[in-house]
Amino acid sequence: MSLPPELCQLQAEVEAHARHYGLDFFDTIFEVLDYKHMNQVAAYSGFPSRYPHWGFGMDYLRMSKSYAYGLHRIYEMVINNDPSYAYLLASNKLVDQKLVMAHVYGHVDFFKSNMWFAGTNRKMMDEMANHGTRVRRYMERYGYEAVEEFLDICLSLDNLIDIHALGIRRRSDCYRRYEEAQQEDPRRTVRKLASKSYMDNYVNPPDFLMAQRRKISEAEGRKKHVPEQPERDVMFFLLENAPLADWQRDVLAIVREESYYFAPQRQTKILNEGWASYWHSTIMTERALKPEELIDYAEHHAGTMATSPGRLNPYKLGLELLRDIEDRWDRGCFGKEWEECDNAQARRSWNRKAGLGREKLFEVRRIYNDVGFLDTFLTEDFARRHKLFTYEYNPRTKQYVIDSREFDVIKRKLLFSLTNFGQPLILVQDANHGNRGELLLRHEHEGIDLKLDWALDTLEKVYDVWRRPVHLETVVQEALKRFSFDGTEQSEESL
Amino acid sequence: MIAKIEQDTSRFRQIVRGRVRENLRKYMSSGELIGRQGRDLVSIPIPQVELPQFRFGRQQAGGVGQGDGESGTPVAFDPDQPGEGDEAGNLPGEHILEVEVSLEELAKILGDELELPNIEPRGKENIESRVDRYTGIRRVGPESLRHFKRTYREALKRQISLGNYRYDQPTVIPVREDKRYRSWKTHFEPDSNAAIIYMMDVSGSMYNQKKEIVRLTAFWIDTWLRSQYQKVEVRYIIHDAAAREVDQDTFYHTRESGGTAISSAFRLCRDIIRADYNPAEWNIYPFQFSDGDNWEDDNHKCVRLLVDEILPHANLFCYGEVSGPRGQSQYMRILNQVDDGDGGLLSSTTIEDKDGIYDAIKVFLGKGR
Repeated sequence: MSLPPELCQLQAEVEAHARHYGLDFFDTIFEVLDYKHMNQVAAYSGFPSRYPHWGFGMDYLRMSKSYAYGLHRIYEMVINNDPSYAYLLASNKLVDQKLVMAHVYGHVDFFKSNMWFAGTNRKMMDEMANHGTRVRRYMERYGYEAVEEFLDICLSLDNLIDIHALGIRRRSDCYRRYEEAQQEDPRRTVRKLASKSYMDNYVNPPDFLMAQRRKISEAEGRKKHVPEQPERDVMFFLLENAPLADWQRDVLAIVREESYYFAPQRQTKILNEGWASYWHSTIMTERALKPEELIDYAEHHAGTMATSPGRLNPYKLGLELLRDIEDRWDRGCFGKEWEECDNAQARRSWNRKAGLGREKLFEVRRIYNDVGFLDTFLTEDFARRHKLFTYEYNPRTKQYVIDSREFDVIKRKLLFSLTNFGQPLILVQDANHGNRGELLLRHEHEGIDLKLDWALDTLEKVYDVWRRPVHLETVVQEALKRFSFDGTEQSEESL
Repeated sequence: MIAKIEQDTSRFRQIVRGRVRENLRKYMSSGELIGRQGRDLVSIPIPQVELPQFRFGRQQAGGVGQGDGESGTPVAFDPDQPGEGDEAGNLPGEHILEVEVSLEELAKILGDELELPNIEPRGKENIESRVDRYTGIRRVGPESLRHFKRTYREALKRQISLGNYRYDQPTVIPVREDKRYRSWKTHFEPDSNAAIIYMMDVSGSMYNQKKEIVRLTAFWIDTWLRSQYQKVEVRYIIHDAAAREVDQDTFYHTRESGGTAISSAFRLCRDIIRADYNPAEWNIYPFQFSDGDNWEDDNHKCVRLLVDEILPHANLFCYGEVSGPRGQSQYMRILNQVDDGDGGLLSSTTIEDKDGIYDAIKVFLGKGR
C-alpha cells in the first residue's frame, strides 16, 4: 500500500527534522497496515516473507488475541535493512504517526551507525525471502514434517551462538584459520640463538629449551583435540562437524544466520529504544508538535514510558540514562576532578559549561551495546533517583520480594542479566569424548542453574544432530554433574 | 503481501489439537480448559508450544526492578509473564498468556473455535426484549454515567489551551462543556427460554475421574446455551438403580454404588418436563452421561421411553459415554440405532479423557439445535 498524501507530507517533515539534528539513516519506507496485517508482520518479526513454521502462527494468534483483549498493541515496527522498512498502524491518530515516525528515524539511525550492527546483513529482507524459498523447496522434496521437525531441532539450539563475536563467522574464516595454522609451522622446532659452542649453555640454557619443547608438544597435543579451544558457537561447530544431509546443513545454517541477525537487537534493546525515544521526544517537543496535539502526544509518550514496580521498562531506562549522560556532559560532570570530588553540595551545583552532551550521546550510540552502556554510565545517583532495586524469589512465601537497594548489587545483577542476553554460556568442550566420537558440552556455571528438564530435552535435540551420544556438564545445586543421552536413555553422573 | 500466516496458524492449530506432531504436545502449556473462575470471569490460557532450550531456571535468577518499597516487600507482579511493549516479535514470549474473559465472551470464543452454529430457538413465543449496551460516548447524560478519563482529558486540553493550567498546581476542574458521558444503544433480542436436564449415572463404576469429565463438559454446554438463550434453567438427575433429582453440588459429588437402570432417569426426566416445561414455551435439552454399563432388558425400556416420551419434546438429546476400557457399550449401540427422523434430534459420542471433551462438544452442539 502506498502512503496516503498526508502521511507522505508528514514523513518529509519528520525526516527533515531528523536530518537537522544530524541523524544518519538509511532510506526509510513506511507502510500503513491495519492491525491484522500488523500482527502478521510482527509475527514474522517485521519480514513479509520467511520460512514456514508453526511458531510464527502461534505468535500471530497470541498477538491477535492479546490485541483483541486490549492487552497490548503494536504501534510501530521497523526492520534493520537498507532501505529500512517501517510499519504504521492504520488506526493511529496523525499525531501518533508523527511520533512513531520520529521514533523510527531514531532506530534506523541506530541500525546504521551502531557498531554492533555493522556485521548484520542489510539486505536481510531478500535473504529472509530466500530462506523461505529454500526451506519450502526442501519441504517439497523431503516432506513437510521431516523438514519441520528438523527446523524445531535447530530452533531449540538457536541460542547457542557466540554473541561476543562481532557478527557471524562464515566457513571461509575457518579455512583462513587453517592456513594461519600451517604458517605457524616453523615454531615446531625450538629456535636457538646463534652462539659460540662454549657459550651455548649460557645463551641457550638447557632448562629453557626443555621448557620450550614441552610447550610446543603441549600445543601439538591441543591441535589434535577437537575443538582446539572450547567453542562458544555451538551451532557453527555442529554445522562444520555433525553428520548432516546437505539440506539439513542448510536449514541449520539458515537458523544460525537469522539468529546472528537478530542478536544485536537483543544486545542493544535498552540503548536502541532509549535512543529512539530520546529522538521522538526531542523532535516532537522541540519542532514537530502542534499545540492541539500536545495532550495526545503526552498520553502516548507517558504510556510508552510507564513503569510497573517489578519490570524495568527498556524505553524508560534507556531514555533516562541518555538524558543523564547529556546533562552530565553538558555540565562537565566527568573526568578525574569530578570523580575525586566528594562534596555533595559541589557535585550538585557542578557546572563547567562543557556543553558536550549531544556530542557524547552520538558517541554512545556508535560504540556501546547494553552491557557497556550500563556498565559505563549507570551511576549510584541515577540508581537512587530512579528507585532501582533487586528482587529475589522467596520460596517460603512463594513470592518475589525486594532484596536490595545497594548500588553494587543492582549493577551486578543488571549486567549479569544482560550479559550473553541472560542466556547460559554453553561450550563445545570435546568432540571426541572418551575417544568414542561423543560430544561433550560444558555449561560455564555462573551461579545460576539451568532449567533442568529443558536442558535434558535440549540435550536430546543435540543428539538428533550429532547422532552419537552427547553429554552436558553442568552444576546442579552446587554439585558438578554430567548428564548424558545415548539415543535411547538419559543418564546422570556426579563428578 | 503476507498470506502465508494462514498456513502457519492452521499448522499451529493442528499441533495444539494433537492432529499432527504428537511429540510437541509435551511442550504445550494450556493446562485445563477452565482456569481460575472468579465471579463471572474465567481465565483461559492460550495454548503455547515452547521448544526447549538451554535456559536458566527462573526462580534462582531474580532480577532488577524499579519503584518504592523496602527490602522484603513483595513485588506485586509475576516476572514469568511475558513483557508487553510497543515492539513485538524479536523476543519470544516466555510463558502462558492468560486472559480474563467474561462468560459471555468465553461462549463466543467457544463458538468461534468449534465453529458452532447459532441456535434457532424453537419457542413459539418469540417475544422481543430490550437490552441496553453501553458502547458510546456523548456530551450529555446523568452524572452517574460520567466518563472520568475522557472528561479529564477534555478539561486538561481546555485549560492548557486557555493558558490557565499551572504546572506547580496541576488542578483540573471540568466545566459543563468538558463532561463526557457513556451512552448506550438499545438492541432488541428475541426472548427465549431453555431448560437443560443433566442425567448422570452414579453407579459404582463411575469413578471420580469420569465425573470430572462430565463436570467440564457440562460447564461448556452451560456456557454455550446461556449465550444463546435469555433464560436458562438447569436441572440435575442422578441415578443408579433408582433416580432422584438433586442440586448441582450433589450432582457432581455423590458417589453411589450398586446397579444401574437408566430407564429410571428417563422416567424422572419425562416427569420433570411434564410438570415444569411446556415444550411450546421451552427449548428442552436433556443430556445424559453414563459409562453405558446397563442391563440388557433395561436398554430396551430406555429406547421406548426416549422415542415415545422424551425426543418429541426435546430440541436435542445428547448422550455422552464416558467410556471405560471396554470400548463402546451395548447401550450406545442400541441408542445409535434409534430412528430420530432426519432432524438429528439425537447425538451420542464417547468421551475417553479430558482431551475428548473438545470433540464431544462439537458433536453435541454442532447441529445448531
